[in-house]
Amino acid sequence: MSEAPNGTGRPANLDVSVRVANRVEAAFTARPGEVLAVIGPNGAGKSSLVRALAGLVPAEGHARLGEVDLLQVPARDRAVGLVFQGQFLFPHLTALANVAFGPRARGTPRAEAEADAQALLDRFGIGELGERRPRQLSGGQAQRVAIARALATDPRLLLLDEPLTGLDIKVAMALRIELGRHLASYDGVTLLVTHDAIDALTIADRVLVLDEGKVAQLGTPAEVSQRPRTEHVARLVGLNVVRHEEQLMAFTPDAVVVTLQEPVGSPRFRWHGRVADVSPHGDAVRLMVHAEPDLIADVTPAAATELSLVPGREVWLSVKATAVRSYASGGR
Amino acid sequence: MRDPLGRPPVVLMVPAFLATLLLVVPLVAMVGATDWAELPDQLRSEPLRQALWLSLTTSTAATFICLVLGLPLAWLLARVEFRGRGGLRAVVTVPLVLPPVVAGIALRTAFGRTGVIGEPLLALTGFAFPFTTAGVVLAHVFVAMPFVVIAMEGALRSADKEYDAAAATLGATRWTTFRRVSVPLALPGILAGLVLGWARSLGEFGATITFNGNYPGVTQTMPNLIYVTRQSDQDAALALSMVMLIVSIGVLLALRDRWLGTP
Repeated sequence: MSEAPNGTGRPANLDVSVRVANRVEAAFTARPGEVLAVIGPNGAGKSSLVRALAGLVPAEGHARLGEVDLLQVPARDRAVGLVFQGQFLFPHLTALANVAFGPRARGTPRAEAEADAQALLDRFGIGELGERRPRQLSGGQAQRVAIARALATDPRLLLLDEPLTGLDIKVAMALRIELGRHLASYDGVTLLVTHDAIDALTIADRVLVLDEGKVAQLGTPAEVSQRPRTEHVARLVGLNVVRHEEQLMAFTPDAVVVTLQEPVGSPRFRWHGRVADVSPHGDAVRLMVHAEPDLIADVTPAAATELSLVPGREVWLSVKATAVRSYASGGR
Repeated sequence: MRDPLGRPPVVLMVPAFLATLLLVVPLVAMVGATDWAELPDQLRSEPLRQALWLSLTTSTAATFICLVLGLPLAWLLARVEFRGRGGLRAVVTVPLVLPPVVAGIALRTAFGRTGVIGEPLLALTGFAFPFTTAGVVLAHVFVAMPFVVIAMEGALRSADKEYDAAAATLGATRWTTFRRVSVPLALPGILAGLVLGWARSLGEFGATITFNGNYPGVTQTMPNLIYVTRQSDQDAALALSMVMLIVSIGVLLALRDRWLGTP
């Protein structure tokens, strides 16, 4: 599409081993066409990782994209597209000019850059909005323009930093499906930073979990969701995970039984704790309970009322052994 | 409409009212004291037309120089991290608080016929700034630049750096980013800075008269003319001041409507 810096145009493998001081240290590889979701709690280093790859924060190590070590070239010469959290579309330019900005900056003549930009907008289903300014666009439309802008320079690595955050739930849902489709037809490597497990599990080929600046887990969505390695991953995919000797035990929130008295009989696994948070979750009520460790439990609204489950309430949680999936905690 | 937070307290309203009086009364008094019948005659007088033209052209030239030199400086202060940035900003701000007469003396020391720069300049080119129209522009630039730079730096700062980052990831050089992103985003603030600089130039008196004297047609700007006229003819000085007031307000309004919008 545009003139090609550093091997733009050819699919390339990504081989990363980077360290951003006091922020993140991560090593992984990805194949062309692969979508790698990057998830983790706030401050885990997700944004630092993508900003390092984009060249916006200094990093040590290497990030080879095909033959080129990205860390050795300045941001503007990297074949990398970044969709910023908060988009940062240029407010003084039209949607079309925003998308054409990259190719124009790299020397493509205006007419050609704008024709390509128009084609991209058409592909994203917003071809008729080209003359609008960003503030005249809805959140979902603006996000499509932002993604089109990043793709316009034909990058070999596409970085999406929380692309669906801040959007209306319905809009996010529609855009998620659309984004999945676009990414499936994109032949470069995609890193999708998200804090939403649904993004990670539906769009991604593999999931990279960051926690406290380190890779906590790297695997397919199925592996990560069924055998989460950390409490945070478990929480993200809506599971409880408890370490028991050398085993990790995972169980769903609706398998948890909530009582005010210590459970009689002998369920093997029980915890005493204090309700920290109560929120609606589908038809159920989801409790966040401070125990050892923190656990989530789903109860019916009727039960929640009957047991007066409000924050601060002391409760017992138990789970039947048959509802627990156990697996070795070993390597990553 | 009733303010749900309650009525503004008297202890704030009284000083606010006094401040308004203090600013408005002198101008109203001047308008009232002006002999409007005599104003057209004043306008036709040659010294006034010369001085007004000189004031407008030198202020505009000074503002243009402030843009060409000051905008890059403002960008440097707003966008580049380097040792001594705080110090540089402080140095830029000094002429802001310097008495204009002192500014004139300082300019003399640098650009006068025996000045640090003035002497070699004179030897090389036979040109010296003092007592020339170029000297007037130089004095204007010296006093207006801080206003312009500080205002433009603020404007550039208020445009999120993340836009620069976005431009960089799209392949733009910093020069391209400056032209196509930073300046357009900061444009209202940049124009406001220029208007401020222009107004400061137009009113400049102390540095100009100290550095350049008061020669009709060459260095006699409106403030200088008003000053000398006042010593012989109070009414004429009043009429000239009226002209100055009208020009200042007129330009401000014109620019406000066209570029600045309503804040």
